[in-house]
Amino acid sequence: MINALGQPQTVLLLGGTSDIALALARAWARHGSPEVVLAARPGERRDRAVAELGQLGLAVEAVDFEATDTAGHPALIESIAATRDIDVAVVAFGVLGDEERSWQDHDTAVHLAEVNYVAPVSVGVCLSQVMRRQGHGVIVALSSVAGERVRRSNFAYGASKAGMDGFFLGLGEALRGSGARVLVVRPGFVHTKMTEGRDAASLSVTAEQVADAVTTAVAKGDDLIWVPKAMRGVMSGLRHVPRPLFRKLPI
Amino acid sequence: MSEQPEVLSGWGRTAPTAGRVRRNAGPDAVADLLRGAGPRGLIARGLGRSYGDAAQNAGGVVLDPLPAVIDEPAADGSVRVSAGTSLHDLMRFLLPRGRFVPVTPGTRYVTVGGAIGCDVHGKSHHVTGSFGDQVVSLDLVLPDGTARTVGPDRDPELYWATVGGMGLTGVIVSAVLRTIPVETGYLDVTTQRLSDLDAVLAEMAGSDDDFTYSVAWIDTEARGGALGRSVLSRGEHATREQLSGPAAVQPLAVPAPPRLAVPFAPPFGLVTRSTVRVFNEAWFRKAPRFREGEIQSISAFFHPLDGVAHWNRLYGPHGFLQYQFVVPEDRADVVRRILEQVSGDRHTTFLAVLKRFGPGGSGWLSFPSAGWTLAVDAPAGPGLIGLLDRLDEQVAAAGGRIYLAKDARVRPELMTTMYPRLPEFRELRERLDPDRRLQSDLSRRLDL
Repeated sequence: MINALGQPQTVLLLGGTSDIALALARAWARHGSPEVVLAARPGERRDRAVAELGQLGLAVEAVDFEATDTAGHPALIESIAATRDIDVAVVAFGVLGDEERSWQDHDTAVHLAEVNYVAPVSVGVCLSQVMRRQGHGVIVALSSVAGERVRRSNFAYGASKAGMDGFFLGLGEALRGSGARVLVVRPGFVHTKMTEGRDAASLSVTAEQVADAVTTAVAKGDDLIWVPKAMRGVMSGLRHVPRPLFRKLPI
Repeated sequence: MSEQPEVLSGWGRTAPTAGRVRRNAGPDAVADLLRGAGPRGLIARGLGRSYGDAAQNAGGVVLDPLPAVIDEPAADGSVRVSAGTSLHDLMRFLLPRGRFVPVTPGTRYVTVGGAIGCDVHGKSHHVTGSFGDQVVSLDLVLPDGTARTVGPDRDPELYWATVGGMGLTGVIVSAVLRTIPVETGYLDVTTQRLSDLDAVLAEMAGSDDDFTYSVAWIDTEARGGALGRSVLSRGEHATREQLSGPAAVQPLAVPAPPRLAVPFAPPFGLVTRSTVRVFNEAWFRKAPRFREGEIQSISAFFHPLDGVAHWNRLYGPHGFLQYQFVVPEDRADVVRRILEQVSGDRHTTFLAVLKRFGPGGSGWLSFPSAGWTLAVDAPAGPGLIGLLDRLDEQVAAAGGRIYLAKDARVRPELMTTMYPRLPEFRELRERLDPDRRLQSDLSRRLDL
């Protein structure tokens, strides 16, 4: 059960080797010892993540998760929920990909849409069934400001995040009254291995800052946050910039 | 009979979860409800005055109070009531008959079943013990659906597991309670202002036993030499001769329902550092240095907050916590240290109440034990995590414990230190309820 101060007892990290997912586990471990289910592709990266969280004194269980294997998601999530409540589930997987390839190369474009949109919908449906049955639980969906106004420079990624963002906001509405909740998180540029080698945009943040904002928002029962907070105002402005002008902005 | 999913929380309005609420069930339906409870089990809920998650059951069944039934008192003054009867209704029934309940908590809006399940206490604990000490016998429906009558003299093991057992040993359907004779519905109150913690501790230790009722309100804004400055309020049931004016005309006046209400939770809490400072200062200043012989109504003396319905909404959308602990009488140093930490913390505290408990009862998971108990309210927020975790450790190290009826966040691993009989309680549940037909968010959170 999650307690009155927003401290979960069990956390499911889907895409558990992502920098933000691991930062979140560390943030919750600072004042507690939640059991962590780390769902990710098997391999060295996952082994390292399990070892790192284990050193923090957390009980960690690794399960095999492949985002594009949507047919396998229902059985996977059910098996995780069979032996425990899922207090918080974090949808933390995603691909950024090469911006130009991801609209010109067919395979790349379809794969990106599958990982960033279809797979989150797939796990979102499975998680909402589990949490409605539990009568409680929080789904944390890691969206992006890139989905708030899709821009030319990374529109395939932005469009997939826009779809995912809309789905989880709607899921949150649909789950009202069920005890389950959804938190949609819209970070700006986050310094992670996913963005490694790219020029940081303004208002960039670290995975730790995202994690701190998420743990606070989970405790407060928020349903939508921007990280950093100032991004909300920026995006609100950008949404209303006319297209001819928007096209000329260096973003 | 309806069974709708409904989002429920405790009085602190934190950690809401959804359960299927079973309304208007009679006592005869309880056995079938338990047998058909399903994998998430069932918990009986009273009037939702537990602060945390004791009376909610995510994904399971929540049984609303059974209908209120009060029988005429027997010759010895004992009275049979249904578990769903509120103390408000019971007092309104008893007072015109010249009787009163020996133990009343700070609100009348609790049910008898809840009062036994939480083994609640009141300002009289040092004289009367807790609510569980006022029960002659109670009727319990066990998880397997069988009915049992238990009491201190009849199956005491099951009885003392049930007193303070947070509703996890069975569903209480009715109880026979002791009552006390009173001449009036008023109290003869002695009020004292005390300048610091040592003064109030000394006063309580020295002369509490001269009064049936005693509690101190502490100004949590006072620091340094004024740390722990208090208003100590003590009382006795007033006699008819002591009354004058309208009270003398109707000496057995019954408590009225609330006149005011907070209609909705404001978007931000109104209990803030600045409002608390003003309130605390005013409260301390308006108290007399010493006054005796003041006549107060039952509501004013025992249940001042019952005058405003839904006062818990004042804390805003994120709700609040009440942290209550007890430490042994010789560990007043822990009370001082905790008061220092609370007063020095930037998180607001509002009501801080100090009481000296008499000897503890026999309930396996009962909270009261001989010593000092302090309760403080604070708006909920992740900023409290570190502070309250530190307080827990000091309380546990001093041989004390926190109160499950108030708790919403303690670390489960401290439970067996604070409640040494918890392993026995778990064994009993394993025996009585192997399928876990009785569950609550609290029982899952703390593995009770």
